Order: sequence, then structure tokens, then C-alpha cells
Amino acid sequence: MSAVLDVRGVVKAFGDNVVLRGVDLSVDEHQVVALIGGSGSGKSTLLRCASLLETVDDGQVLLDGEDITDPRVDADAVRRRLGVVFQAYNLFPHLSVLDNVVLAPTRVHGRSRADARDEALTLLGRIGLADKAGEYPDRLSGGQQQRVAIVRALAVHPRVLLLDEITSALDPELVGEVLRVVREVAAQGMTIVMATHEMGFAKQVADTVCFLDAGVVLESGPPEQVLGDPVEPRTRQFLSRIIDAGRL
Amino acid sequence: MALRGRRRPGPELTASLTGGAPGLPAPSELELGRRAYRARRSRRSTGVALVSTLVFAVVAYLVVTRSPGWPRVQTTFFSLSVGRDAFPSILRGLWLNLQVLLIGGACVVVLGLGIAVLRTLRGPAFAPLRLLATGYVDLFRGMPLIITLYLVGFGLPALRLQGVPNSPFVLGTLAIVLTYSAYVAEVFRAGIESVHPSQRAAARSLGLTHRQTTRIVVLPQAVRNVTPALLNDFVALQKDVGLISVLGAVDAVRAAQIYVGQTFNFTPYVVAGLLFVLLAVPSARIADGVAARARRRQQSGSVL
Repeated sequence: MSAVLDVRGVVKAFGDNVVLRGVDLSVDEHQVVALIGGSGSGKSTLLRCASLLETVDDGQVLLDGEDITDPRVDADAVRRRLGVVFQAYNLFPHLSVLDNVVLAPTRVHGRSRADARDEALTLLGRIGLADKAGEYPDRLSGGQQQRVAIVRALAVHPRVLLLDEITSALDPELVGEVLRVVREVAAQGMTIVMATHEMGFAKQVADTVCFLDAGVVLESGPPEQVLGDPVEPRTRQFLSRIIDAGRL
Repeated sequence: MALRGRRRPGPELTASLTGGAPGLPAPSELELGRRAYRARRSRRSTGVALVSTLVFAVVAYLVVTRSPGWPRVQTTFFSLSVGRDAFPSILRGLWLNLQVLLIGGACVVVLGLGIAVLRTLRGPAFAPLRLLATGYVDLFRGMPLIITLYLVGFGLPALRLQGVPNSPFVLGTLAIVLTYSAYVAEVFRAGIESVHPSQRAAARSLGLTHRQTTRIVVLPQAVRNVTPALLNDFVALQKDVGLISVLGAVDAVRAAQIYVGQTFNFTPYVVAGLLFVLLAVPSARIADGVAARARRRQQSGSVL
């Protein structure tokens, strides 16, 4: 099976701060990959590079075999094939929930408004927010906003869904409702790469867990192995701190 | 953006703040005491404000009316009969000002927005456009409006180019639009920059182009953020349209001036001035209202 997303030796620096020092990562179709690691380990930067929100300083990112880091590639066309969900939801506050969701399908993918609207309402119904379609985002709780953001990303039928610490800004009681949606999306076969601090969730849902440290993938493998019996001392140290904090 | 997740106080909380909601337990002694204290304080400050305003008004009135030159000032500046005679022609002039205001205002919004968008373009390909827009803003924001008026109003027709109008109304409007667009462009630019980069990131990640992102996501939020500032500029524009009189357009100021020249009585200026104030008051109130609404939206629940 060929990889949907293939990251090869990606390097990214912000000034003197080298965040990614040659990251390799391969994600197959229907696979769920969890990126774990401390703050500043490069999880978010990796996702931003993969979604072309940052330009890589070296290496390649391949989407369905196409080198999307090639400057000759139409970046807008590439982003159309990706779905991104951010930590801070980033819903458009001046648009209603429904308009947030149908924006890309109608404006980018040229679908009719009625068609996009029908699908949006179906998707919103599936996450239990069909009755909020006419509301504006700031009338919604954080968990509701994040679920809408997931639906907004799904509405464009992305090849890969990139989730950037999507529960980090939420109250503990709202985390569950968001993760439930992700679990459902994963169960339907969506290819997902997610940066997360929710180790328990990574353990349940991910096929592969990658531990990033100082800008490289230090260790990766099935969740039972990386989270349960890590090889690298740095991974162990990181996980023991998480266990101390009661997060695993 | 991180704060977006915070929820608004629900109806229960709002009700408890305003008091007297059905189903709410009767307020305690402590709360009643606090309410009484706040009411006392509020009555006292209202009283102080009223008395001090009254005292100031009386003192100002006495000082002015008892001054040695008052009788003379009264007849030259506040003559009812002169004012009544001058009123119709001044009002006709004000209609011209109003036209300049409405046409000019619309042009300012369009031109200002265009320049602001040009200034926010990224990438070396747009460097000349960006530079041009920056130069424009520097030039017309620095140049006194009156000089722009002279240069445009007398300089342009002097070129004797085919098709250049020489009506002081058109040229005056043009000069005002040039100057105000520079200011308004900066207001719009501030608005565009006030939209968090994460909004742009979200839009681009959905596949929207730079242009679509600007038009559909950034500008609507930017305009909403700067509406109070824009209305303030509109109020300023309302009185600056009186400056087209220096080009000879018979607007309210010019009409008053003509009357003053005939009668050597300055009352027409006062009349014209008051008319401009009357014109400005509604938009000033609208500006206040919009600003207050924006403030409430940003800090609902805060007492400060």
C-alpha cells in the first residue's frame, strides 16, 4: 500500500530556532497516526508544514506520491485535498455555523449551495449540532466549536485530516465530546494525523504513535509498544512525567 | 482567539446580575445593603454632576454677558434678524456640502479600502504596488488639506487638459477624497491587521486563495473591528466639506461669507457653524452607539 502522506527528511527553522531536524513519517490510507512529544518538539510545525501553512527549509512532503513542497505546485490546489483542525478552533466568527461549513465546498470546490448545505446539515446532525446551524460560533461552547471545526474540515472530503492539538484549549469535560467525533471519523476510515497530549486517546485510536523530540521522530510504532514499553530513555522520561501528571 | 472558547454568561447568571428573576431566592440582607449603598452612591454622583454643571454654566454666562465688549459682540455675532435673513441661502449652501459629503464619503470608503488592501499584499511581485500605496498615504496624510485643495482646485484646471472639469464642486470633492482616503486607508489597514493570522491560516487550509481569504474572511471582520473609528472619520469629514468654499463653491460657509461681506455682521458664520454641528450630532451619536456595542461584545459581563 502506498503512503497517502509521506514526509521525508523535513527541516524547518524559525530564525536560529531549528524546530524540525529531518523528520520522516509515512501515513498509509485509513491509518491514524498520533504525534506525541513535549511542547516545542515540533508536532504542530510538522502539521503546518504538511498543510503548506509553512514552507519547509529542506526535505519533501508527498501527498499521494506528489511532491507538494515543490514551489511549482499550486499550493491552493494541494490544500483543497487536506483538512486541518486547529487548537483554537479558528471558526470564522462573522459567519454562521452552516456558512462556516459550506464556505469551502461552495467557494473552493464549486458545489451548489443547496447540495453543500444538505451535506453540511447531515454532518452537523451526526455530531448533534444540526440545531446550531444558524448560530454564530461565539454562542457555542468550546467543545461545540471544535466539533464544528472538524465538520468544516470534513466537508471538503480531504485525503488526510490533520488535527493540531484539538483538545488542548478545552475544559476536561468537553474533551470527551470532541474525541468521540474523532473516533467516529477514524472508524469510517479517514486517514488522520493528530498532534495530541491525550495519551489515553492515542492509545485507543491510533495505529501508530510517533514520539517527537528536539525536531526528530525519536521513536514510532504501535501504541502499546511506544506508550507501554518505550525503547528510548527520552520517551520513557516524557511518559513518566505524563503519568505523574495523571494524564495516562 | 484562545479566549473564544469562553462561554457567555447564561441567562441564569445575567438574571442574577440584574436581580428579580423568577425562581431566584430573595436577596439576603448583605445584598440589600450593597444595593442600597450603590443606589446612594449613584444618586450622590448624579447630584454632584448636576450642581457643578449648573454652577459652571452660570459663571460662564455671567462672565460673558458682563464683559465690556458683550453688547457689541451680541449685535455682530448673535443678531437674530441677520441670521434669519441669511438662513435660506446658507441652507441652500449646506445642501451642496451634503452632496460633497455623501459622494465623497462613498469614494473615500472605496479608495481607502483599495489602498489598504494594496498595502497588505505580501511578496516581492507586489512591491511596486505596495510602495505606491505607501507613498500615497505618506503624501496625502502629511499634506495639509487646505494645500491639497489649492493644488487640486487651481492647479488641475490650469493644466487646461481636455476633459478636466473646472467646477469647484468636483475639484473640491476630489481633493477631500484624496486626503481622507489616506486616513481611512490606515484605519482599514489597522483593521486588517487586527484580524488574527489564525483566521487566515484556517481559510487557506480550506483551500481558499489569498484573494478569497481576504474578501470572505479577513475584510468583513476587519471592517467590523474599525467601524467606530471609521464613523469618527466620517464626523470629521462632515465639517471638512466646508473647506471647498476656498475654491469658490457656494456652500454653506461661502454663502455665509457672502452675507458677512454685505452686512459686516458675523451672525451668518454662527448660523452656518450651528448647522454643521446639527449635521454632525446624529452621526456622532451613531458612532458612540456602534463603539459601545463593540465594547459590550468584547467584554460582556465585566463591570469595568
